[in-house]
Amino acid sequence: MATAPIRIQPKNRILAWIEDRLPIQSFLATHTSEYYAPKNFNLWYYFGSLALLVLVNQIVTGIFLTMFYKPDAAQAFASVEYIMRDVDWGWLIRYMHEVGASMFFIVVYLHMFRGLMYGSYKKPRELVWLLGMLIFLALMAEAFMGYVLPWGNMSFWGAKVIISLFGAIPVVGDALVQWIMGDYVPADATLNRFFALHVIALPLVLLLLVVLHLAALHEVGSNNPDGVEIKDKKTPEGKPLDGIPFHPYYTVKDLFGVGFFLILCAFLIFFQPTLGGWFLEPDNFIPANNLVTPEHIKPVWYFTPFYAMLRMIPAKLPGVITMFVGIIALFLVPWLDRGRVKSVRYRGLGYKIGLGLFVISFVMLGAVGAGVTTEVIPQWFGANADVTTIENAFGRFWLAIYLLSFVGLWAYTYFGFEKTKPVPERVTTHD
Amino acid sequence: MTKPSLLIARAALAALACLFFASTAAAGEGEGMEAANTHIDNISSLQSGARLYFNYCSGCHSLKYMRYSRIAEDLKLSDDEVLKNFAFTGAKIGEMAMSNMPEADAEKFFGKAPPDLSLEARAKGPDWIYNYLKSFYIDSTRPSGWNNTVFPNVSMPNVLWELQGVQHADYAPAKPGEDAHVEKLELASKGTLSPTQYDDAVRDLTTFLQYVGEPAALKRESMGIWVVLYLAFFTFLAYLLKHEFWKDVH
Repeated sequence: MATAPIRIQPKNRILAWIEDRLPIQSFLATHTSEYYAPKNFNLWYYFGSLALLVLVNQIVTGIFLTMFYKPDAAQAFASVEYIMRDVDWGWLIRYMHEVGASMFFIVVYLHMFRGLMYGSYKKPRELVWLLGMLIFLALMAEAFMGYVLPWGNMSFWGAKVIISLFGAIPVVGDALVQWIMGDYVPADATLNRFFALHVIALPLVLLLLVVLHLAALHEVGSNNPDGVEIKDKKTPEGKPLDGIPFHPYYTVKDLFGVGFFLILCAFLIFFQPTLGGWFLEPDNFIPANNLVTPEHIKPVWYFTPFYAMLRMIPAKLPGVITMFVGIIALFLVPWLDRGRVKSVRYRGLGYKIGLGLFVISFVMLGAVGAGVTTEVIPQWFGANADVTTIENAFGRFWLAIYLLSFVGLWAYTYFGFEKTKPVPERVTTHD
Repeated sequence: MTKPSLLIARAALAALACLFFASTAAAGEGEGMEAANTHIDNISSLQSGARLYFNYCSGCHSLKYMRYSRIAEDLKLSDDEVLKNFAFTGAKIGEMAMSNMPEADAEKFFGKAPPDLSLEARAKGPDWIYNYLKSFYIDSTRPSGWNNTVFPNVSMPNVLWELQGVQHADYAPAKPGEDAHVEKLELASKGTLSPTQYDDAVRDLTTFLQYVGEPAALKRESMGIWVVLYLAFFTFLAYLLKHEFWKDVH
């Protein structure tokens, strides 16, 4: 916790001269060797630093990709193939960027789930959560625009479907869609502006939000699996009893996490770069063609839960509103949850069941959005099964569960149904 | 780490594993397709596939992202061998393997110009190509005289008929609510290859197109093993480091 900034006095005269004018070492010390984090972080606490690692990977590989990529509807597709074939190590850079995009969402979803599980969004960390949600929104925009750039057929049709969502807005909708695309269909103008937004505008927003997310976190200090405030119990020197300096303890621990994570990434990059169509869809190896619609237009896996919310509602505007509510609800969690106990370890059974159902509903909606149900239903219910009806019933059921879990969270805590367990004074375990 | 979080962590990892296996299983798009069983690291299969491709396919189809020089390098052939045996268009060694058929003519001949095949294996999958090339049959109602069960009413004729022989279709008669459809294909007259030899030839051709779809695949996996091993060693060292530092945390 960065309560009071640390002041470092270097012995070296040059460093001291610098330090007096720009307290760079003091800043680093405040946020690493003098930043105390709870000592009981578990597996779930790796994903924050891993998200930062993936962000750096995306920026570095992205810079190299822009050196060869052509943001031009006539050349974009061929330039990606040029990177894959003729640029030295181009295939590796491209696969690192592409696998990195999916890993970003895996890591961010697990990071968000951790926050829900241990109540990391609760007072005094509401802003940490809100800034995190803004990062998630910016990341979704970033990923969507990045997916359009290779200008494959799924890029084109995905862009067309997603941009057309703005057409659901009354009165200005159609004009807005044309304004976004700069044409009547996704075209050269669209590709060019998406490139600008993807490589500079949104990364700047993302970086700024990440800095704010970390600044807010360091102000209030990290939560932990017990949901105990380590600031409440201090040594005579004013250090938290259950805290350890972030550096070196968590830098070495995260280094181990990074190694483990990179093994998984390397496996995907070198052996499963498309993950059987989940990371890179087969239709995106066909150049964009506004006359040939892919058999199933669907977004990449990380958007599929939200895409399902849209698809399960028959009319366009209510569908868009539902999807919007599904995202906004996450922003409101710190205020929907009126319970005092943070960690799931000491919360009532209802919270555990609710959290479990929420996660299952998210995964099930993802399966619906990805078209898994469309494939599986004929196998389970026979070839003559009414796929649409069964899929709609299934999808709407889980959509209801997803939305109700937010309402349920509020009602459960507001009306005092929750029977919590006593929270310990100090953190219980560490590894 | 206490039990509930450990359980959830395990469940999450299991879910990831399931996703992975489900995805690899669902990689081929069509059901009821025979697996192509290609081995992209088999150089002789790639060479034989390239020979078939340039003798039977390259007249109409282009590989606009594939250079002759890259084929020579990857398939362990000399530039001269590649130019003499594959480049029938008078192309130079560094040029792309384009067909000589002008697009306007191609459209007149077939109704639609034959597609570029550079990324066919990535878009359709090797199994699709393998099955497609085995599924031509005689159909007098089609302009070319040929039809295909994997790609019905395709305008391409069976260019490999000399090798495969000629297949006839056995039709299942029309029933109420169902049109007559092809039930199975039978070899009516033999080709120069036996059915097993033909399967091997088509497998070689599929392997070549798979390679053409992603030339990097040749070194990707062999390199990946070393990267993963190195990272495993690094992770082990990082673990020891973490263990050492954390000794004094109580």
